[in-house]
Amino acid sequence: MSTIHAKRAEEYLHDEAVALRHDATFFGVRQKRDRMAQALPEWEQLRDAASQIKKHTVTHLADYLEQFAANAEGHGVHVHWAQDADEYNAIVYDILSSHNVKKVVKSKSMLTEECHLNEHLEAKGIDVVETDLGERILQLMKLAPSHIVMPALHVHREEIGDCFREKGLMENLKSQDNPTQVPSDPNDPTFLTFVARLHLREQFAQADAGMTGANFGVAETGDVVVCTNEGNADMSTSIPRLHIVSMGIEKLIPDLRSLAVFQRLLARCGTGQETTVYTSHFRGPRPGGEMHIVLVDNGRSSILADPEHWQTLKCMRCGACMNTCPVYRRSAGYSYTYFIPGPIGINLGMLRDAKRYADNVSACSLCMSCDNVCPVQVDLSTQIYRWRQRLDGLGRANAMKKLMSRGMTILFNHPALYTTTLRFSPAANWLPSALMNSALNPWARGHLMMKFPKKSFHQLWKELEKESRNQ
Amino acid sequence: MKIGLFIPCYVDALYPEVGVSTFKLLRSLGLTVEYPESQTCCGQPMGNAGFERLAEPLAEKFDTIFAGYDYVVAPSVSCAAYVRNFHPDILGRKGHQCQAAGKTMDLVEFLHDVVRVESLPSRFPHRVSVHNSCHGVRELGLSSPSERNVPRFSKIIDLLRLVDGIEVVEPERPDECCGFGGMFSVEETAVSARMGLDKVKRHMATGAEYVTGPDSACLMHLQGVASKHQLPIKFIHLAQILASGL
Repeated sequence: MSTIHAKRAEEYLHDEAVALRHDATFFGVRQKRDRMAQALPEWEQLRDAASQIKKHTVTHLADYLEQFAANAEGHGVHVHWAQDADEYNAIVYDILSSHNVKKVVKSKSMLTEECHLNEHLEAKGIDVVETDLGERILQLMKLAPSHIVMPALHVHREEIGDCFREKGLMENLKSQDNPTQVPSDPNDPTFLTFVARLHLREQFAQADAGMTGANFGVAETGDVVVCTNEGNADMSTSIPRLHIVSMGIEKLIPDLRSLAVFQRLLARCGTGQETTVYTSHFRGPRPGGEMHIVLVDNGRSSILADPEHWQTLKCMRCGACMNTCPVYRRSAGYSYTYFIPGPIGINLGMLRDAKRYADNVSACSLCMSCDNVCPVQVDLSTQIYRWRQRLDGLGRANAMKKLMSRGMTILFNHPALYTTTLRFSPAANWLPSALMNSALNPWARGHLMMKFPKKSFHQLWKELEKESRNQ
Repeated sequence: MKIGLFIPCYVDALYPEVGVSTFKLLRSLGLTVEYPESQTCCGQPMGNAGFERLAEPLAEKFDTIFAGYDYVVAPSVSCAAYVRNFHPDILGRKGHQCQAAGKTMDLVEFLHDVVRVESLPSRFPHRVSVHNSCHGVRELGLSSPSERNVPRFSKIIDLLRLVDGIEVVEPERPDECCGFGGMFSVEETAVSARMGLDKVKRHMATGAEYVTGPDSACLMHLQGVASKHQLPIKFIHLAQILASGL
């Protein structure tokens, strides 16, 4: 009867050390974010402004999209429009194949995950290389991201070292002019990063095309703004002559002045840094090169038309809601069935395909911490509450919860029945402990059963009233 | 000022002493307090579980039962928050304007903001760790949420400071969820229990003898977890501390 999320979370929690480490790691990121938030007196005003700007932009999206496309085209950029994932994948493949691209290097993009671009291109014989370190590790290990900003933070360095050795990445060490010795700890993080660096340099040099995502698209200028910590987006676009940008249509903002608001929030919320190490503006192709922007809808305009959920379009994918979510921290990314986990992932999954991704809706205690960290004030918990109201209609309600809710309703709608039940409830104390604390009682899995008092407040009230009158 | 006492269903059935303390406390402050006996539940358990429509008749009944009172006071933050934040929408859909929402308060905010108590005759010579229930922090504003850059405050601690002999502490991660979440605790049993255990341990790390808070639901969950793991810490509702000696 439990959801897939609940079952996977239970399995995940069996290894207490791993689970505690995961929780501590991501709570640490949340605390770094808190220190950043506390250091800016205007923090809450920035959140207000960011939310207002996003609301304004997504409700005037058609105008800003036209302005953005016109400005980009004015700088010699080819702008493409994709209605869905299939169209997007086909457009990207057409661009790559018409340029005879054999290898493409990519910086991080959740949109390409959303559309399964890598699989599509690989099936057609194109070598796709992720260049964000975390993404590359996962690609080599054939794993999916478990977080949208720190996708491989759950993988331990021993596993990474083993993977690099198995995949032959250590061979690069020998070909250097000054060969590097393997340190006494073969999984030393600095050493492994160096190995990855050599490996990625080789990929950049060999690639025929570079792909990036977009953190922001500035309508006023046609700029695509990409934020990274590793400079891999810049490497991906500085060596190959062909640059393809994949951008969801909700990434648009009106002007550079608004960018300043988001620029101050994004890294502070996402990783607890003042800013990302690289914030690169791409305005047009470099000399002798070619630049394409693919603007992707893939369901976004339907979200905009949904009066209860349109505000999810404000999200700028900083990941702060995951880091603060007590359920995400204790269940980790793979417990969720949608590729984006945590509070925003629950909502985006439901918007993608409510029936298919309904298993994630249980992963919320409605603590509302996510609402309060979100830099653009998406009402994440309210939206999860709303999705729960729709589960029964989708045929995805939890039968036990339904039964309990119905039972309670009968009881609570009939005060006489309710008070009678209360009077007899202490009898439950006499049930054998083995029965009350058995596996059949889900409450008893984590708790010892409570004891009912001899008298309910309803019964005690008669005495209190009498006592008051006598005073 | 006429106050309608709202004793939520689970407090009624499991923690009647919390209701008694609340009543005695309010009466000791010279207030007229009545307990409408036809009350049952505000509908929150069904709403949070995804069956808000089952809460409709309960919200309607709630509005009628408490129509004649200036304030509705409950010793339970999540129930007070449900009436205040959800009843208007639930009743609004039926074309009925909710009256109770604007006057329903949790005991802490009522004492702190309306009565503005400045002294209490209570004494509780123990070290007590404060449990900040999520809906108290983030829906009713009983304390400043740790996520926000706002001036730090805690109405709970303000009230506890009026108690003689008490030592008040807060755990690490002072407003992280304890994992109860209503039916969350029966649907996501493993995560809920883990969150509860982590929370109990953080409360214990303060060296406190008692955990106190404004919501017996969180305390019930933590107590259940603590006794399952045989962890020696006691749980007491805030109202019982404030009313100690009455």
